[in-house]
Amino acid sequence: MADPMRVRAQENGGVVDVKVLMKHDMETGQRKDPAGKVIPAHHITTVTATCKGKVVFEGQFGTAVSKDPFLNFKFKGGAKGDTVSITWVDNRNDKRTDEAKIS
Amino acid sequence: MNLKRREALRLTAIIGLMAATGLISEAQAADWNKAAFDGKSLDDVLKALGGSSADKSSAVTINAPDIAENGAVVPVGVTTTLPKTQQIAILVEKNPSALAAQFLMTADTEPFVASRVKMAQTSNVHALVKADGKWYVTTKEVKVTLGGCGG
Repeated sequence: MADPMRVRAQENGGVVDVKVLMKHDMETGQRKDPAGKVIPAHHITTVTATCKGKVVFEGQFGTAVSKDPFLNFKFKGGAKGDTVSITWVDNRNDKRTDEAKIS
Repeated sequence: MNLKRREALRLTAIIGLMAATGLISEAQAADWNKAAFDGKSLDDVLKALGGSSADKSSAVTINAPDIAENGAVVPVGVTTTLPKTQQIAILVEKNPSALAAQFLMTADTEPFVASRVKMAQTSNVHALVKADGKWYVTTKEVKVTLGGCGG
């Protein structure tokens, strides 16, 4: 069900700049459908980034993160050619992992 | 009679198992700090994250527009020059629940994060940063022309 993410990782001066675009509805649980029923919340809860088997970044999202969340972070210790892997889990335990090579 | 009792026992066992598996998935999701995301104000969230008070700090910078036309997509970035940054949280004061997102930093992570959040209305945006065991906060007001919640 989950669509792929777009992940880009670029190394510059020893720092890897990672940009991630996740595809997710991020329903807040506040909106109502045309029949007046509340649409249940459906959102990403945790995002984890690993590089060479080490966690380099971890994020927790609430409902207030925009639809199709964008995330940008930087970490040290990655080199060109290494793989950065991003995993998200949502509140229905759906998950998705995508990878990108550092360029 | 005895058969019925067996049946009842079996049912209890199944229900017990379901509860147990339910509990397991709940334990996995416990990583996600529910109390913090339920917090309604800066103080609530700070307490749920385990801090008591936050000092105002000019070492924390919020990169957000002064005026956001669309409250559904407000770019917010946080950077800090504080050493040993462990945690960064983005809060929107007037949203139904204040905490939008929080990020956990490792020793290798640069103290920088950028994302996009929803804002219900014009409000203060707070950036909470935990560095070397202490909490720091910076606040910036973002004016919203069109709200991004409800609908």
